[in-house]
Amino acid sequence: MSAILVYVETKDDQPKKASLEALGAASRLGGEVVALLYGRHAQAAAAKLALSGAAKALAVEDAQRAHFSPEAVVAALAAAAAKLSPRAIFFAATSQGRDLAPRLAEKLGCAQASDCTELRNGGDGKVEARRPVMAGKAYTWMRAKNATLVATLRPNVFAEAKSGGAPAVESMAAPAADLKSIVKEIVASASGVLDVSEAPVVVSGGRGLKEASNWKVLEDLAAAFGGRAALGASRAVVDAGWRPHAEQVGQTGKTVAPQLYFAVGISGAIQHLAGMRTAKTIVAINKDAEAPIFKVADYGIVGDALEIVPALTAAIKKAIG
Amino acid sequence: MKIAVCMKRVPATDTKVKPGAGRPWIDSTGVEYVLNPYDEFAIEEALRLKEARGGAGEVVVVCVGSADAQKELRTALAMGADRAILLEDAQAELRDAQEIAGALAAAVKELGSELVLLGKTGVDRDQSQTGQRVATRLGWGCAIECAKIAIDGSAIRAEREIEGGREVLELSLPAVLSCEKGLNEPRYAGLKGIMAAKKKPLETKAPQYAAAQGEVLSFEMPPERSGGRIVGSGVDAVAELVRLLQQEAKVL
Repeated sequence: MSAILVYVETKDDQPKKASLEALGAASRLGGEVVALLYGRHAQAAAAKLALSGAAKALAVEDAQRAHFSPEAVVAALAAAAAKLSPRAIFFAATSQGRDLAPRLAEKLGCAQASDCTELRNGGDGKVEARRPVMAGKAYTWMRAKNATLVATLRPNVFAEAKSGGAPAVESMAAPAADLKSIVKEIVASASGVLDVSEAPVVVSGGRGLKEASNWKVLEDLAAAFGGRAALGASRAVVDAGWRPHAEQVGQTGKTVAPQLYFAVGISGAIQHLAGMRTAKTIVAINKDAEAPIFKVADYGIVGDALEIVPALTAAIKKAIG
Repeated sequence: MKIAVCMKRVPATDTKVKPGAGRPWIDSTGVEYVLNPYDEFAIEEALRLKEARGGAGEVVVVCVGSADAQKELRTALAMGADRAILLEDAQAELRDAQEIAGALAAAVKELGSELVLLGKTGVDRDQSQTGQRVATRLGWGCAIECAKIAIDGSAIRAEREIEGGREVLELSLPAVLSCEKGLNEPRYAGLKGIMAAKKKPLETKAPQYAAAQGEVLSFEMPPERSGGRIVGSGVDAVAELVRLLQQEAKVL
């Protein structure tokens, strides 16, 4: 069985969690798993891939290039793919993965399955991928007719390997590339660290919170999870300008799959349900007992969110100490 | 500047999905189709770029779609696009991103435009690949999910939201830019625009597809969530909820 190549994103010298999940998914499919890391800290990050499922790590250190460029990373991945002839190439479905994967797929003449939530080996050893369409209202299984499938994997869905040894790290020279787009700067957002698409806990609010200033109660609930929670929002409150679009969950926003999802004052329009229905556990708080959100929620409380949420925050703080 | 805007006809976002018979896609019977919401931002941005240059240049909308997609192309013309090209294919809905990108890249080349705008994704297949693939095919620069676009001469500065921040990209024309919600507020087509659109040129051609390697094996509906338990009402239910989250769901 030919190898699976996985692009591992790094933040400083740390491999990103969503990439470790992609390595875990690749190792469970079987065959050799090869990680490729790119950037100034590639070597240091590669040294942290013990127990990730990777047998080999290609570290592309690129001291000359001061700024990140998608074309440079795609050139390195294409060079690695030419050597390995992998049966699949995985990316995490993050902002980087979404950018790089289709560029590489087109360069290699490959099909791509985006935002996959399940993978399996087909009878002929080809990788098959299940992916949501229409923001999760339905799913398709797809595969490549030729040898290689490019796929991006949704964060928080696949487990990390947490077994195996440390990969053999090889350094690889950055191939020549025609750099057309350069990342000039990255401005960290004031609101914080975790994006709603990556967070294991999501606290989302809707119209039922009555006004933008009431988001304080949701911020407090999110804070109770000590940096593991991100804020989300319904389309209605984003369109009303209460919350930024980056927080929108649903068909014209982000699709999320956290361990725990709180829908507060959200009635549950079909577009919103599509974006969060794969959450492991859903809690809904809404004053309308007939709201559609209660049909998908595991646990619901009927009542005024502005009274219930502060009590819930206090109880959760106590419970998780 | 000649700006090409690639657009798609998609099921409206409030569509209730049913599996189609004999094909791995939805049953389109009775489904309302609309202009892909993200493509509206691309059309609006193209119109603004043209207006900012005193109306010089041309905005051409290009769509791989069935004959029915003329409706969505007329919507774009009513918003203010100058002309439309339909790459007509009755099976367009079933085409892979690789095929569509090939057809669009060929059409853009033929047009001789140096800027392509399009939505960041189609809200039907959610593949989010077309812009990147078109750019790669043409050998052009590309910025995706743009929340802000500034073009000065041939220099482009694009901003996008990434996990925990905002990324600033620099590239130059020719380029492909995919558009995110928040980039602008798309205009409504007024009666005057709708009347004018009827007289604007809409050309139909055959798509020059690239070979596609993607194969859709099956289409399935998600399992129904067997949730729906109301724990209680008001503040009194909080203690029981936390107990369930801890002991039953084991997520705390």
